[in-house]
Amino acid sequence: MDAVIENLPVFLEGFKNTLGLLLLSGTGALVLGIIIAAMRISPVASLRGFATVYTEIVRNTPLTLVLFFCAFILPYLQFSPGYFVLAMIGLTVYTSPFVAEALRSGVNGVHVGQAEAARSVGLTFTQTLSFVVMPQAVRMVIPPLINVFIALTKNTSVAGAFFVFELFGAARKVTNERGDEVLAILLAVAAFYLLVTISLGVIAARVEKKVAVLR
Amino acid sequence: MTSVLYDAPGPKAIMRSRIFSVVTGLIIAAGLAWLILALGAPKTSANGAEQPGLWDATRWDVFSDREVWRTLGRGALNTLRMAGVAAVFALALGVLFSFGRVSDTRWLRISTTVVLEFVRGMPVLLMMLFILLVFSTGSFWAGVAALSVYNGAIIGEALRAGIKSLPRGQREAGLAIGLTPVATRLRIEFPQAFRQMLPIIIAQLVVLLKDTSLAFVVGYEELLRSGQGLTNFFGSRYSFSFFLVVLAIYLAMNLSLSWLARVIARRTGSKSGGVTPKTKTPPEKPVEPELAYPAALGNQMGGDQVRRG
Repeated sequence: MDAVIENLPVFLEGFKNTLGLLLLSGTGALVLGIIIAAMRISPVASLRGFATVYTEIVRNTPLTLVLFFCAFILPYLQFSPGYFVLAMIGLTVYTSPFVAEALRSGVNGVHVGQAEAARSVGLTFTQTLSFVVMPQAVRMVIPPLINVFIALTKNTSVAGAFFVFELFGAARKVTNERGDEVLAILLAVAAFYLLVTISLGVIAARVEKKVAVLR
Repeated sequence: MTSVLYDAPGPKAIMRSRIFSVVTGLIIAAGLAWLILALGAPKTSANGAEQPGLWDATRWDVFSDREVWRTLGRGALNTLRMAGVAAVFALALGVLFSFGRVSDTRWLRISTTVVLEFVRGMPVLLMMLFILLVFSTGSFWAGVAALSVYNGAIIGEALRAGIKSLPRGQREAGLAIGLTPVATRLRIEFPQAFRQMLPIIIAQLVVLLKDTSLAFVVGYEELLRSGQGLTNFFGSRYSFSFFLVVLAIYLAMNLSLSWLARVIARRTGSKSGGVTPKTKTPPEKPVEPELAYPAALGNQMGGDQVRRG
């Protein structure tokens, strides 16, 4: 137990970086995901095709490979803004298709009748989207989006294996120094992760309950 | 959906959108071509040494060596082996977890829930390291154990949702004809739940295959690590080439498994309405459970597939 208490600053440092990665790449993935989702539902065929291929390729590439590319190949191609930024780029790219899929399923989840009704009372395309479809889609999208962010929280641990000092990196460092108390250390690190994932899960469940009435 | 949102386009609008589509297509193609050319252009590094472009033959000549392909093949086999063993254990664990979750015994139900929440909220990678260090198994078994526990938890949740979505009459009927509670679960409820949740389970197995690459971190000799080993052996000049080939192999494996999952989902999906005639088309593609889980749950719980009452 004392190994945990002694190294608490190390864990907190790691936790800070984990949260930083989560926030930055989460925001990035949200922006990129919105763009990809817009491309996928756009009437322009070439954009749709591009977005589909992008989604399929990225979704079928293991995260380890994406981060490996960012940590080893990009610096080799003389692009090296530091491992934290590289990991952030990798996580953003990896998470964006999942965000896009969540958004798309939300928009598709709005019943067609809603759009038909809006159109038949004379709303234009923009009005239909902004007053009828989007407000419903946004609410439906939030629970799956939170699930994506829960997965992202767990995925940040992979960045720890590629030279970023976050929680997993902290765990590795401390277990190397204190081989005698591995169990306590890993439980402590797990507690940090659970702190984020479980609270996000609670929020998701609550939102979902609220939305369920709406459907 | 989209066609509802605006009036049917006339000939002018169709023409305009077609031109727009072609133009954006050309822009995308030009961007990709530029990227490929930029990667292929020779570069001068900081110390003035000239590096050949990435598509230069000197970066790809190793692939005429048989031994290189053999090493990569071994790596791919190791990946598949880990995924296969972990999939079997994950399915078994998933069944156990789902029974624990819906058990009538209170302490069993609660303890399973706690274990599941713990496992699902933790990164797989941390679990691997955990098992490797605490039980000092080899990297293979550490990877297998972590992957099976984690994916078992998710499969268990899916199965639980499947069991919960069945009409209560199924269980009542089973009990009424004199089956024991356990037999009802095993012979009446579980087969239906399993079939209903098969698309989600298979999608999770695809995720499992993808996640075997995490064993790279704990030092398992899988595909990515064998690629890295080759890079170390032949020199960093080949790093991009090896990476690209490893990526291609991964994509080939994952895409074909996803495709297989889709086929199976479509086949069994149409059969799953065994009790009632087909009421709803089955999900067309396997969904990423982590992602679409609530949505998938919502669908299944909506009772579209099996009518209530």
